[in-house]
Amino acid sequence: MERHSYKLEKRLTPSPVMVFIIPIISVLLALILGGIFLSMTGREPLAVYTIMFTDSLGSKYGLTETIVKAIPLALTALGVSLAFKMKLWNIGAEGQFYMGAMGASWLPLTFPTLPVYVMIPGMVVLGMTAGGLWALLTAIPRAIWKVNEIITTLMLNYIAILWVDYLVFGPWRDPLGSNFPITAAFSDAARLPGLGDSRIHSGLFFALAIAVILAIVFKYSRWGYSINVIGSSERAASYAGMNIKRNILLVMFLSGAISGLAGMAEVSGIIGKLQHGISPGYGYTAIIVAWLSKLNPLAILIVSVLFGALQVGGYAAQIEGVPAAVATMLQGMILFFVLGGEIFTNYRVRRVSRKGEESK
Amino acid sequence: MVKKIEHLEMVGITKRFPGVLSNNNVNIQIKTGEVLAILGENGAGKTTLMNILYGLYKPDAGKILLNGKQVSINSPKEAIALGIGMVHQHFMLVPTLTVCENVILGLSKSFIVDIKTATQRIREITDTYGLAINPDAYVWQLSVGEQQRVEIIKALYRGANLLILDEPTAVLTPQESKELIQLLRNMSAQGNSIIIISHKLHEVMSLSDRVTVLRDGEVCADVCTRETSQDALAQLMVGREMAPCQREGTFSPGKAVLELQEVYSQGDKGTEALTGVSLTIREGEILGIAGVSGNGQKELAEVIAGLRKLSKGKISLNGKESTKMSPANIIEQGLGYIPEDRLRVGTIPSFSIWENLILKDHHQRPFAKHLLLQNRVIMSHSSSLVEKYGIKTPTLETPTSSLSGGNIQRVILAREITRSPVALVAAYPTRGLDIGATEYLHSKLLEARSNGIGVLLISEDLEELMSLCDNIAVLYEGRVMKVIPVEEANERVLGLLMAGIAEQAS
Repeated sequence: MERHSYKLEKRLTPSPVMVFIIPIISVLLALILGGIFLSMTGREPLAVYTIMFTDSLGSKYGLTETIVKAIPLALTALGVSLAFKMKLWNIGAEGQFYMGAMGASWLPLTFPTLPVYVMIPGMVVLGMTAGGLWALLTAIPRAIWKVNEIITTLMLNYIAILWVDYLVFGPWRDPLGSNFPITAAFSDAARLPGLGDSRIHSGLFFALAIAVILAIVFKYSRWGYSINVIGSSERAASYAGMNIKRNILLVMFLSGAISGLAGMAEVSGIIGKLQHGISPGYGYTAIIVAWLSKLNPLAILIVSVLFGALQVGGYAAQIEGVPAAVATMLQGMILFFVLGGEIFTNYRVRRVSRKGEESK
Repeated sequence: MVKKIEHLEMVGITKRFPGVLSNNNVNIQIKTGEVLAILGENGAGKTTLMNILYGLYKPDAGKILLNGKQVSINSPKEAIALGIGMVHQHFMLVPTLTVCENVILGLSKSFIVDIKTATQRIREITDTYGLAINPDAYVWQLSVGEQQRVEIIKALYRGANLLILDEPTAVLTPQESKELIQLLRNMSAQGNSIIIISHKLHEVMSLSDRVTVLRDGEVCADVCTRETSQDALAQLMVGREMAPCQREGTFSPGKAVLELQEVYSQGDKGTEALTGVSLTIREGEILGIAGVSGNGQKELAEVIAGLRKLSKGKISLNGKESTKMSPANIIEQGLGYIPEDRLRVGTIPSFSIWENLILKDHHQRPFAKHLLLQNRVIMSHSSSLVEKYGIKTPTLETPTSSLSGGNIQRVILAREITRSPVALVAAYPTRGLDIGATEYLHSKLLEARSNGIGVLLISEDLEELMSLCDNIAVLYEGRVMKVIPVEEANERVLGLLMAGIAEQAS
C-alpha cells in the first residue's frame, strides 16, 4: 500500500503570489470562523456581516466614520512600524497616543485665546514631543542596559491612560462640565479643520504625509538603510560603525511622536476636548495593522481603512444586539490566520510518498 | 536496541534544487569500522548527499541500502532509529542548558526527567571513547571543540553507530583537529562507521580508509586512501593543477600603520583576554597572528576595530591615537576588517549583494547625497565589484545568504579592499573555504601587501601563515609570546610557542 506524508520545503525566495493571496484568504477564513461562532450564539452570521459592512462601507456616513477611525489607526500603526523596522518592539502606542493627546490639550486649555496659526502647530509640536518623550522613557534603559522594551512600553500604557484620567477627573476637569470627566471644550482655533461638512478632519493629511515620508525613508534613505541594518544584525551594524544607541533613542522617540500626533489629531479633530477613554485601543490594533501590512507604510493606509471599517461595523452590530467585541474577535482571527499563513510564503508543501518519489 | 550497520550503500542518488543539479547519480558505500571521506570543493554536493542520508532531504531518484535491504529515511528521527547520527557544521545546541540537558533534549518521554541516569550514561560514553566532557557544564562555557564533542555524544547517546561529520575541523584549532582525528580513529577501531565530509586533504589522508571525491555533484573518484596521494586528490577535486600562493619579493616595510602598546582588554566573560599586547604593523607587511583560537585573537581584532573597550594601553592607527575612537571613526581613519564571523558580522544574510557591499559607505558620497541613497551609483559600483572580484551571483539583488562561503568572503573582501585601507585586519579569512577560494583570498592579501597596506592576518593554519607572512607573532593566553621573522619560523617553533613554551623555542 502506498503511504503519503507531507513535507514542508523552504522556498528559495518568498512566493510573491502567496504574499498577495494570504491576507485575502485570512480575512475570508476569519469571517468563516467568526460566522461559525456567531451561529453558535444563535445569530445569523450573514445578516450580522451584512449589517457590519453596509453600515461601515455602504453609506456616505458609514464611509466617513470608517475613515475617521482609520486616521488614528494609520498614524499609530505608522509609529509602531518605524520601531518594528529596527526590531524595537514598541507596543506602547496606546500610551504614546494618550500622552500626545494630553500634550496637545495643554495648549488650548492653558492659552485658549491663541490664534489658529500658533495653536495648531503648537499642538502638533507638543503632542509629538509628549508622545516621543513617553517612548524615550523606555528607549533610554533599552539603549543603555538592554532593558526589554516590550515590557516597559506596555507598562507605560497603563500609566499614561491613568494619568490622563487623573487630569480629567481632577485638575483639568471643566468646572462647568457638571462633574463629567472632561476638560473644557477647545476654542475653535484649536480644532483641526474638517473636510467639507463631514467628520473627517485634516489629520488625514498627517497620516498620508507620514506614510509617504516613511516609505521614502525605508526605501531610499541612508537612515532607512541603517535602521534596516541595525534591525537585521546589531553586530553587523556596530561592525559597520553605526551608532546603535543613538538610533534606538531616535527611532523610539519618533515612533512615539507619530503616535502622539495621532492623539493630538483625535482630540483636536474629533473630540474637541480631553476626556476619559479617548481611544478604544487604537494603539493595540495598530500593532496588528502594522504587522498585517508587513511594515509597508502604504499598505498600512489600506489596512487601516479595513480595520476602521471593522470597528465601525462592530458598533453597528452592537445596535443589532451583537456585542461590539465581534469586531475585535475578527481582528484577532485575521491576524491569527495571516501569521499562520506566512509559512506558505516561505515554504511549499510537498507530498512525499514513502517510496521517495515526489509530487507537488 | 539499534541494529548494527554492517554495510550501507547509497545508489544512484540524484537531487535537484531550483536551478542546480546538486547530486547526479551518486553512489557511495561504507562498511562497519570504516572511515569514508567525502571530498569535494564547496558546492560539490557533499552536504546535500549527507542530508539525504540523514533524512533531511528526499532524493529525486536513487535508493539507500542498509545491510543489503532498501530503507527509506524520511526524517532525522528515522535516520537515528536506524543508527545513523550526524554532527552538523553549525552545532545545534542550546547554550543556556548543560551538556547533559542538551544530550537528552527531546528524548525523555516521561514527565519527569531522570538527569542522574542520563549523566551516568553520558559518563560511560565519554569514558569509552575518551571524550573529556563534564556533563554538568553549561554549553556556553565550552570551547568550540568541546561543543563539537557534545554533538558527537548526542549522536552516540541515541545509539548511532554510523556517524556523519560535516566539515568537522572547519571550526577547530590544529590541536583540536588532531584530537578529533584521534577520537574518530578510536571510534572506528571500536566498530563504528564514520563518514566525514571535508575539503582538507591532509585530514582526509590521515584519517580515512577510503575517499569518494565529488565534483559538481558527481562522483569523480572512489579510491583507497592508501593508494592515492594528496596531490592526486587535489587535482581530482579541483579538476586542474594547483599553484599555491607564495609571498614574493623582498620585505621592505614602510612606516608603522598600526601600533598596539601594552593593550589590555577583557573577554565576554569578564576575564582578561588580552594582557599587555604590543605589536607593530608596517606598510607593506603581513603580520601573522598564530595561536590556538581562544587565546585572545577575537578580542585583539575587536579592540583594533573599536568594537571592544581597552582596559589599559594604547592603539594608534595611521599615526593617530585610535584608542578612544568610535568604530565609525576608526573605519574613516582607514582600517579594513574582515571579521571572523562572516555570516553574522561581516555581512547581513538577508540583505542583497549590493546592500552588503555598501555596508560601510552607505552614508557618504558617492553612495548617498544629502539624505538619500544614490541607487544608480551604488548599482554600477556593485556590478563592477561583482565582476572584478568574481562573485558568483545571479543578480545584485540576490540575498547574500544564498551564496557559498567563498563568495560571501569575496563580497567582504571586495568591500574592505576597495575602501583602500591603510591597515587590514583579517580574522581567519580562509576558515571553511575550499582550495579555490582560499587561493584567491591569499592572492588578494598578497596584492594588498604589495599595494602598501599593512595586514594583520589571524589564522590557525600554520602553512598559510608561513607562506604569506613577513613576521609571525604567537598569541598565548592573551599575550604575545614572541614575534619571529618568517625565515626563522617552522611548525615546531610555532607549535611550542602556541603551547606557551618560550624557552625551548628560542
